[in-house]
Amino acid sequence: MSARKRVTIPIRVEPGADLPAAERAAVLDAVNQNRQLEGPLLPILHAIQDRLGWIPPRLLPLIAYELNLSRAEVHGVVSFYHYFRQHQPGQHVIYLCRAEACQAVGAVALEAHAKRALGVEFHGTSGDGRYTLEPVYCLGNCASGPSLMIDRELHGRMTPQRFDELISATSAATTSAAGTSAASSGT
Amino acid sequence: MSVTVYIPREATALSLGAEAVARALTEEAARRKESVHIVRTGSRGLFWLEPLVEVQTGDGRIAYGPVQAADIPSLFAAGFLSGGKHALNLGPVESIPYLKKQERLTCGRLGVIDPVSLDDYRAHGGYEGLKNALPMEPAAIVKAVTDSGLRGRGGAAFPTGIKWKTVHDAIGEQKYIVCNADEGDSGTFSDRLLMEGDPFCLIEGMTIAGLAVGATRGYIYLRCEYPHAHDTMTEAIAGAYAAGYLGVDVLGSGRAFDLQLRLGAGAYICGEETSMLESLEGRRGQIRFKPPLPALKGLFGCPTVVNNVISFASVPIILQRGAQFYRDYGMGRSRGSLPIQLAGNIARGGLVERAFGVSLRELLYDYGGGTRSGRPIRAVQVGGPLGAYWPESKFDTPLDYEAFAAGGGMLGHGGIVVFDDTVDMAAQARYAMEFCAIESCGKCTPCRIGSTRGVEVIDRLVTGDRAAMQQTLLRDLCDTMLNGSLCALGGLTPYPVLSALDYFPEDFSKPAALEAATR
Repeated sequence: MSARKRVTIPIRVEPGADLPAAERAAVLDAVNQNRQLEGPLLPILHAIQDRLGWIPPRLLPLIAYELNLSRAEVHGVVSFYHYFRQHQPGQHVIYLCRAEACQAVGAVALEAHAKRALGVEFHGTSGDGRYTLEPVYCLGNCASGPSLMIDRELHGRMTPQRFDELISATSAATTSAAGTSAASSGT
Repeated sequence: MSVTVYIPREATALSLGAEAVARALTEEAARRKESVHIVRTGSRGLFWLEPLVEVQTGDGRIAYGPVQAADIPSLFAAGFLSGGKHALNLGPVESIPYLKKQERLTCGRLGVIDPVSLDDYRAHGGYEGLKNALPMEPAAIVKAVTDSGLRGRGGAAFPTGIKWKTVHDAIGEQKYIVCNADEGDSGTFSDRLLMEGDPFCLIEGMTIAGLAVGATRGYIYLRCEYPHAHDTMTEAIAGAYAAGYLGVDVLGSGRAFDLQLRLGAGAYICGEETSMLESLEGRRGQIRFKPPLPALKGLFGCPTVVNNVISFASVPIILQRGAQFYRDYGMGRSRGSLPIQLAGNIARGGLVERAFGVSLRELLYDYGGGTRSGRPIRAVQVGGPLGAYWPESKFDTPLDYEAFAAGGGMLGHGGIVVFDDTVDMAAQARYAMEFCAIESCGKCTPCRIGSTRGVEVIDRLVTGDRAAMQQTLLRDLCDTMLNGSLCALGGLTPYPVLSALDYFPEDFSKPAALEAATR
């Protein structure tokens, strides 16, 4: 740091006034519904993500203020847990199991296929904004793998072919134009 | 008269099409003007037969499976509502050998009852244990659990009674019961099956624990990867409150027990008890130094019993049938039964609850039927991602905590992951290190840095870059992690790595083999 300068720090009694109304409401509702709990931070973060699909970093000051925590503490928690997302996901999130029991029945090949089919790496969102691909370490479906979960729906004994069918079925359900992103990475 | 048909609402059955089956069955019954009463159950854990549909007949419950929605018209045509002949007819469900040869002490109600029906639960022996426990002195409940020989089923196998006694004897205005339902080990699903198939059993076990140690509040820390278990548990907890089994006055006894369900957020480390407590308190799931033990300073600094789902769920039957009954099962110092999970590349995967002492070989071949791929079994990993990889020469080891430890392995939570001969053990060893790097909480250096260095060393080793030196380095690194890590994640990651290296060294020198082949 350079020499100390005199800076004016504006006092903001309550942060979050400039947030989009829906996001602000999501935070305040989550806080109000869970404030009385012992250790309420995780339930609050879950409630926000359930509603918004992610936890936009701009919400952290308001969450911290409401719980009398520092922003660093809230950021520390949000960034620690794999499930909490700090980037907006696609319309559907696909959790693909990478763990040993699924590896034993072809998860590695399925992972390569999924990445190719969607044109993404893990944590990425397909070009059309439809799918976000996330790794998951065990869905507890270990005798019927490879497994994946899409929008809370669990699927077992996945093959590359069934993956493609599932994607086209999901796409057809969301819009009339079926078909996945053709943005093949070529790798 | 209406015929009762049982279809699971359990996650694996759903992942294989149970919902479509239930829908097709309802529609077909309406079309044929048949009166069918569908009961959604948990799963019995015979996963190669899922979706397993059972029909209540005069001769008991007749099973059909695996049923797909497309099979429904032909099932009706075959008269399955009265147990008619069909290619999928498996006969009376209880006489399926896989199930018949089990000793289901803890998991006896799975797939049998409607998981959220208290009436069903009580009709099958539910809440008998609590009824016996209510008039008992707390110390007598603790003694019953101690005498049963029950040891923590989550992996560490610590005697449950001793843990409870520590909390019972601890002084504190508030004490807690915490259930570790963060079943993150690959190859394990018994916690999930129990929560989805018999949630009241877990609630009853935790309530008894509360009475035993004087705790009035309980938490279930459930992983967020289990949304179906979350739904079932939520419904069951509400039902237990409504019926007076939970709350300020449990069954009019004047004793309080409150229970809350909390969700994790995808951190494997939160299956470690102190990380889980941190997470419950609303912090990063970083592990705590021990001592102090959670039994003395646990959740919010209060004396806390932390047990796994299956441990708590084993308590009701101990209080119902007596410590001696439970103790009579098992071998050596491993008493009672273990819900074993057959997973990975296995023909007949699922849940096998047996008394301790059954051999790996019997499980893999008699129950499991070998691999799903039909190829020979090359390796098994018992005890989750931190368990050792074992070759066939070790398959006669009995399932017993001490026998596994003596063989350099870990029985853990009883999950067995099977690999056929196409497995690349160097890749598995690398994955073990990679997983540790991804899931490390970052508190201690051997785990945080060691895991990343481990991936790099294995990468160099398999390319044959000064292989002997890399191997020495890898073993040295594993030694540091094993002895220098704060918890089991860093401390046990060397197990899968070193066992792969020791038992399957040929997989770590592929370039040499390749060179030889091309020469």
